[in-house]
Amino acid sequence: MIPASFDYFRPSTLDEALEVFAGAGEEAKVLAGGQSLLPLLRLRLAYPTAMVDVGRVAELRGVADRGDHVHIGATTTHDEVVRSPIVREHCPLVALATATVADPAVRHRGTFGGSLAHADPAGDLPAVALALDMVFVVRSSTGDRTIPAADFFLDYLESALQPGEILTGVRVPKLGPGWGFHYEKFHRTAQAWATVGVAAAVRQTNGTVEEVRVGLTNMGPTPVRAAGVEAAARGVEAGRNGSLRQAAEQAAEGTDPPADLHAQPDYRKHLARVLTHRALVSASAHRSPQT
Amino acid sequence: MTEQLEAGTVTQQVKENGALGAPGGEVGKARRRKEDARLVTGRTQWTDNIQLPGLLHVAFLRSPMAHARITRVDTSPARTRPGVVAVFSGQDFAGEQGSLPCAWPVTPDTVIPDHPPMAVSEVRYVGEAVACVIATDRYKAADALEAIEIDYEPLEPVLDMNEALAEGSPKVHETGNESFTWKFAGGDIEAAFREAPVVIDRTYVQQRLIPSAMEPRAVVAQTDGDSFTLHTSTQIPHVLRVMLALTTGIPEHKLRVIAPDVGGGFGSKLQVTAEEVLCLLITRRLGKPVKWTEARSEGNLTVHHGRDQIQHIRVAADADGRVRGVQVKLLADMGAYLMLVTPGVPILGAFMYNGIYKMDAYDFTCTGVFTTKMPTDAYRGAGRPEATFAIERVMDELAAEIGVDPMEIRRRNWIRHHEFPYTTICGLTYDSGNYEAATDRALALFGYDKLRAEQSDRREREDPVQLGIGISTYTEMCGLAPSRVLGSLSYAAGGWEHADVRVLPTGKVEVVTGTSPHGQGHETAWSQIVADSLGVPFEDVAVLHGDTASSHKGMDTYGSRSLAVGGIAVVHACDKVKEKARQVAAHLMEASPDDVEFSEGRFRVRGTGTSQTIQEIALATFAAHNLPDGFEPRLDASATFDPESFSFPHGTHLCAVEVDTETGATAIRSYVAVDDVGNVVNPLIVEGQVHGGIAQGIAQALFEEAVYDSDGNLLTTTMADYLLPSAADLPSFTTDRTETPATTNPLGVKGVGEAGTIASTPAVVNAIVDALRPHGVHDVRMPCTPERVWRTLRSVEGESA
Repeated sequence: MIPASFDYFRPSTLDEALEVFAGAGEEAKVLAGGQSLLPLLRLRLAYPTAMVDVGRVAELRGVADRGDHVHIGATTTHDEVVRSPIVREHCPLVALATATVADPAVRHRGTFGGSLAHADPAGDLPAVALALDMVFVVRSSTGDRTIPAADFFLDYLESALQPGEILTGVRVPKLGPGWGFHYEKFHRTAQAWATVGVAAAVRQTNGTVEEVRVGLTNMGPTPVRAAGVEAAARGVEAGRNGSLRQAAEQAAEGTDPPADLHAQPDYRKHLARVLTHRALVSASAHRSPQT
Repeated sequence: MTEQLEAGTVTQQVKENGALGAPGGEVGKARRRKEDARLVTGRTQWTDNIQLPGLLHVAFLRSPMAHARITRVDTSPARTRPGVVAVFSGQDFAGEQGSLPCAWPVTPDTVIPDHPPMAVSEVRYVGEAVACVIATDRYKAADALEAIEIDYEPLEPVLDMNEALAEGSPKVHETGNESFTWKFAGGDIEAAFREAPVVIDRTYVQQRLIPSAMEPRAVVAQTDGDSFTLHTSTQIPHVLRVMLALTTGIPEHKLRVIAPDVGGGFGSKLQVTAEEVLCLLITRRLGKPVKWTEARSEGNLTVHHGRDQIQHIRVAADADGRVRGVQVKLLADMGAYLMLVTPGVPILGAFMYNGIYKMDAYDFTCTGVFTTKMPTDAYRGAGRPEATFAIERVMDELAAEIGVDPMEIRRRNWIRHHEFPYTTICGLTYDSGNYEAATDRALALFGYDKLRAEQSDRREREDPVQLGIGISTYTEMCGLAPSRVLGSLSYAAGGWEHADVRVLPTGKVEVVTGTSPHGQGHETAWSQIVADSLGVPFEDVAVLHGDTASSHKGMDTYGSRSLAVGGIAVVHACDKVKEKARQVAAHLMEASPDDVEFSEGRFRVRGTGTSQTIQEIALATFAAHNLPDGFEPRLDASATFDPESFSFPHGTHLCAVEVDTETGATAIRSYVAVDDVGNVVNPLIVEGQVHGGIAQGIAQALFEEAVYDSDGNLLTTTMADYLLPSAADLPSFTTDRTETPATTNPLGVKGVGEAGTIASTPAVVNAIVDALRPHGVHDVRMPCTPERVWRTLRSVEGESA
């Protein structure tokens, strides 16, 4: 399919990008890796009048250790995220989930920030952002602001980014010692979106679960934080035979999963419960090496 | 062991007969394909690569309605868009576009509705072409489509075959929704079912599939004002030329059709498409060359679909599981129109529901039903995968019913190797086969007993992940086809194939084949055959194909026919070349032709040291200075081969599937295929065909399904919705072969293009049902998606509760 015509800009600095973007009108879109946006254009589901390609803006790319958090530049590719020693050491859940995104070709073009800004609840990263309380760093011609993950995802494909704002990077808080992680992705083919995904982080002491974070992929118009599970899992015995299964039973509470060709809502809710249990067990079994 | 030795003996006999050439010859060698470097590096000509001076681009506006009357068309707003050269609607072509052909009216009273390439007054499926823009580039053509105004008056869609046949159903065509009912019977079916101790009665649904060739369809049409050339991504340049001449009125000799390199077809390019006809009409009208290349989502809507049948199958058996008779009642969804072989597809399956089994009676009825969906037509296997699925699924049900291992039920019913040639209840004579040998080999490779032990262990432990074992012991009829048989089935054309072998002055050889490869590797395989036959180096053979100007005669490629029919034509043409060359060699060496032997490219006078190479003979013939009196100075020869019979590859496929009863997810743990495709010209090509075929059959079992909503909109228009497995989703296949040569052709070959697809689908579904049978599951509808497996389990649990 062929997209409708649009103006194309390729700024080389962030300042230039902001200037072009601000002047390009309400229907302008930022283009990063294009792995989600271009299909929408080609199917003529989106008709941006202008595209601001930030692929050459060097300052948006790269991973940095910033003490209490890791900063991931918005145009860092998925592949760079997966291979980053900083990410692997301090935010292994990000590496685990990113490694499941689509296929190698997409991971070499698609970007971390682009994926999040696209705000697709079926994407793997939004649930992780929510579970880890990431902070979104945004810039416009009027300056910087930060948006907590909990406030970032407003609706299906709708984020808190305002016209003229560009996502420059994401802060991933370091969780500290004692955590284990797992991303349980259920999909029909290797390249398919998650039918349901569960991002889980579990902190335990001597076989007792102290703290749990669970983010759910594709269980509603936005990614979902499974607060019920998090509350129910606190203090229970870790491992397959413990009470994590009962805690996971809360996974579908308050969710509003979509109906599509791959799954109806009741099946997604069932999957959320089963997969959350599996994710919690795996997370508690694979404690991160960090101390 | 004995059986394999016997198979080996036959191979040896065929070799001694000379058809396969000397041991260590080219045939049988795992040659890398000589066309691949060109194809994979893109240094080739795909239709969409073709650039011509002044080339215009066509975009089609397609119906958004499944069924509607066209009440108003205004193309004028699009005419003023940038770059637009012309805009046409169906009305503009109404006087000249004719009707897309159906070459297979299976009964004398088959209803063949008028099928205008571009809809004029009524649309009958979403995606039907209603208008087109011709512009200076592809983008401008696509942009201008939105300016065309068309008003529709909606009519009721017809989507379900059973409802379509019910009284009072809305009609797809005025004549009604039934196209034909075709019947076939052998033996006394009533007697078989009368007081039969066991009767199995099942209904299976063959979901609608969308062929997904890697290269989308593409057409380039041009004219010099007098004659026309059509480049098109097709499997059938020769058939297409005839059909286009009949459809458009362009005389056949003024129409050249070229299938350049073609990137896959799987039956989907065995068609005379609306776009091919329309591009010809447009170029005729404008006098300019035009190109159309389909987008993938456009292709999902409008490439002909495959399968879509409801199969009601009943089996009568004795208490020990011996099959007495099989009765099949089939509904086949034609879609909105009959295309080239639409009605023939289910009929090709009619002779295969008995599979490899002996029985006393068989009864088959098929009704072709019109619906407001894309027409169906040939898709890899065409009728035979459906038939094989039904019989192989139901044999498992029979085994479960009488409580024996599903392999045992097959052993009790199959044709034993010493019974060949065997004439089946359908009247086909299976010339050769050895089901025992292939099965024994497969069981050993699979570790059948060990997997059965693991299965019981998991059942005992109530493991949430259960193990199932699926068997498919298939045969297929291929090598389409004896012309007389096709005639008796009311097919409009024959099934012969043609080859020309041209010996050039330097001794190099050009083979012109009537087959039309689109990924099969004919250039390599035909070179191997010719190299052995004429004793020339493999590298010295070029294979020409796909252009009606150079290859004037052919029946093209489909139905696993290329080697078993087209390859034999090559052999016969080579034989004629050799005979001519022998005359020249004898003359030059001053010997009697009877005293001249030929082997490994050299003619020798028996009992002397005198010899001449075929290359020397070629040069001498070219010079023509010293030839036998009256000898026509050429070694070139042609052959047209019409097979006497079909060929019958067979094999045993075994599949182990793990089924997660908590999520419904399935994972193929191991897959073993032992195929018997007769003698093998190139094992590497055979492997490729088997691997691809298995993948495609697994895809039907687990992934693929064309879904229409209740308004008749296709929901699976992208690859995100229409799932195709990639290598990441499939296990490594274990493949092996037994070789029981065909006795009906001099190469002893049977064809391999469809075997994997035919065999694998029931193997996978049998495995899933086998895993879940203790839960009370008797069937899971295809594709066996996780959700469907989960719901099936829930429903049987609900029943038992």
